[in-house]
Amino acid sequence: MSIARRRSYGVRSAPYAFLLPAVILFALFFALPIGYALWLSLHKVKVSGLGLGAGARKEVWAGIGNYADALTDSELLDGALRVVGYGAIVIPVMLGLALVFALMLDADKVRLTSFTRLAIFLPYAIPGAVAALLWGFLYLPDVSPFYFVLDKLGMPQPDLLDGGPLYLALSNIAVWGGTGFNMIVIYTSLRSIPAEVYEAATLDGATPLQTALRIKIPMVAPSLVLTFFFSIIATLQVFSEPTTLKPLTNSVSTTWSPLMKVYQDAFGKGDIHSAAAEATIIAIVTLVLSFGFLRAANSRNKQEAAR
Amino acid sequence: MPNTKQWRLVATAVAVTLGATTLAACGSDDDSDARSGPVSLTYWTWTPGMDKVVDLWNKGPGKEQQITVTVKKQASGDTLVTKILTAHKAKKAPDLVQAEYQALPTLVSNDALADISGEVGDAKKDFAEGVWQQTTLGTDAVYAVPQDIGPMMFYYREDLFKQYGLKVPATWAEFADTARALKEKAPDKDLTTFSANDSGLFAGLAQQAGAKWWTTSGEKWKVGIDDAATRKVATFWGDLVKEDAIDNQPMYTPAWNKALNTGKQIAWVSAVWAPGTLTTAAPDTKGKWAMAPLPQWSVSEDVTGSWGGSSTAVTTDSGNKSAAAKFAAWLNTDRAALAALAKEGGIYPAATGAQLSGAFVKSPEFFSNQADFYTQAAEIAKTTAPSAWGPNVNVAYTSFKDAFASASKNKSDFGAALKTMQDDTVADLKKQGFGVAE
Repeated sequence: MSIARRRSYGVRSAPYAFLLPAVILFALFFALPIGYALWLSLHKVKVSGLGLGAGARKEVWAGIGNYADALTDSELLDGALRVVGYGAIVIPVMLGLALVFALMLDADKVRLTSFTRLAIFLPYAIPGAVAALLWGFLYLPDVSPFYFVLDKLGMPQPDLLDGGPLYLALSNIAVWGGTGFNMIVIYTSLRSIPAEVYEAATLDGATPLQTALRIKIPMVAPSLVLTFFFSIIATLQVFSEPTTLKPLTNSVSTTWSPLMKVYQDAFGKGDIHSAAAEATIIAIVTLVLSFGFLRAANSRNKQEAAR
Repeated sequence: MPNTKQWRLVATAVAVTLGATTLAACGSDDDSDARSGPVSLTYWTWTPGMDKVVDLWNKGPGKEQQITVTVKKQASGDTLVTKILTAHKAKKAPDLVQAEYQALPTLVSNDALADISGEVGDAKKDFAEGVWQQTTLGTDAVYAVPQDIGPMMFYYREDLFKQYGLKVPATWAEFADTARALKEKAPDKDLTTFSANDSGLFAGLAQQAGAKWWTTSGEKWKVGIDDAATRKVATFWGDLVKEDAIDNQPMYTPAWNKALNTGKQIAWVSAVWAPGTLTTAAPDTKGKWAMAPLPQWSVSEDVTGSWGGSSTAVTTDSGNKSAAAKFAAWLNTDRAALAALAKEGGIYPAATGAQLSGAFVKSPEFFSNQADFYTQAAEIAKTTAPSAWGPNVNVAYTSFKDAFASASKNKSDFGAALKTMQDDTVADLKKQGFGVAE
């Protein structure tokens, strides 16, 4: 860098030239669509009379009308509550399992590590819609082998696609698909802990369990925070699993999750303006929740570091 | 390793730019503004095998008139409506589109469909009045040419009806008795199910009962979803579900297929296209089904509803509307075209003259035991009640799915669900600014 002290125009503008593709792409494929969505969310369609024939439909300014409608829409709020319930099951179970699996794989005497790692990770490679369809078949009493076995054993056969069990059924799909990914993230950071730390621990007479609880978990805390962060976002945006299960049961409505409501408004009702407003609200909530969490986690880390 | 990072960014940038260029290239070849000389038209349709039917045109009448049609295969129903409307916003809708009858008012109210009465007015004589009326929306304009129809019928397992000593119901009261009689003889079996996942079935049943869901008075729409006729239908099915005389699980699921295939459900209220569905859903029951007219609300009546069916329409964005209209008329009235449509696409033609010719002389293979299948079907098609669609059928349909799914799950009041459907539909019309008569 120090050689480039010639104050030529070319060199000074070089960073901008390098930045240009990124900036253009950012503007075209990120800023512009978001701006357009915001613009849409502030407008609405006004029909006059019977609405037949040319010129019967006009796009007019709606102000915050669409936002007010969305925020007072009980369906959107109910959907948000359903998703919170779903997340309350998915996130702890999935991250708990991921952490346990990662610690087990990282333990000293394990065989078939790479095979096991791959086996746990594999469901992540299966697209969400396919996974949901696959599980949907297993949940339907008339076609599921599980129910066949339960029936033969004379055990009770719960309806997994209704009421409370529906949340378990949906969460199960997410846990099955997501545990492997989170495990890999945690496992990778476990592998990067220097060997001296373990040596010191062993010299101090720490048992493997103590090593796991006192050394490994605190040292992979940043990855735990990261996986938690990803999981919150994924949960708030849950769409494909309930959408895929919807045709199989009377219990999942077309507006089960907030994102399904957005989809329904945009492509079912053809009301892109309301959909844009709802999408904006979901984006803001997601941002606030996830960054709020990151901040809280960071400040705790700093406090601990200061101690 | 900052170098790697930058390299990756550049690589991504190049990839995205290339992608964008390819997309742009795809978009621009649709334009054909040739008003004289050879004309090329784009046609969005979901009918399987349509490309082969269109080949007949391109090699025959299309070649003479220098009109070439290109088929672009699409997803069916509501998804395509959304896509057409989106394309129309950009003034890029294709010349020709396939549209279900109930979607026509939505498309017309978005000014997406052209009035082609001048070009296809003569075709009127080829269709039953109730069918044609759906493409005019009660005006002097003609917005589409009918393609296929779905008159509703009653399908039942002939062998099992005999085994359980059941009679084919002629009225809905007999239908309910049949369901109860079956429950008594075989408690683990169901006559049929009430499914909340296809609104078209319920709309057809209401249409049979005489419901008119959307009508106009002056410059206002009147929504009659919660009218006496529909209420009668909703209460009838709600009571059957409540007393467990029939099942309440949705159709088109693996479980439903199995129930039909194993004879757990022994009847299905459906439409003329049912043989195709049964062939894939219940392959083991081939030759065991029979078709009868839909049960009636009173012995003296002879009327049916329709479930499904679609039309060919010309868009306002088309630069060659009259050429497109010519093709639409040929496709749905020409004997050769209709025969090919039946063979390749498996559709039941709207044109009355074609309902007993070509592919419809012999019964569908799945119903080989019923020799007069299509003669009966044509008779039933004649009794189709008029339908009345409005500009927000999609909203009513979605509301039906949610309200009736939860009502049939909880075995609660179907009347309340119907009220929800009515209220949602009216609220949406008002929100959009339509004139609504109370």
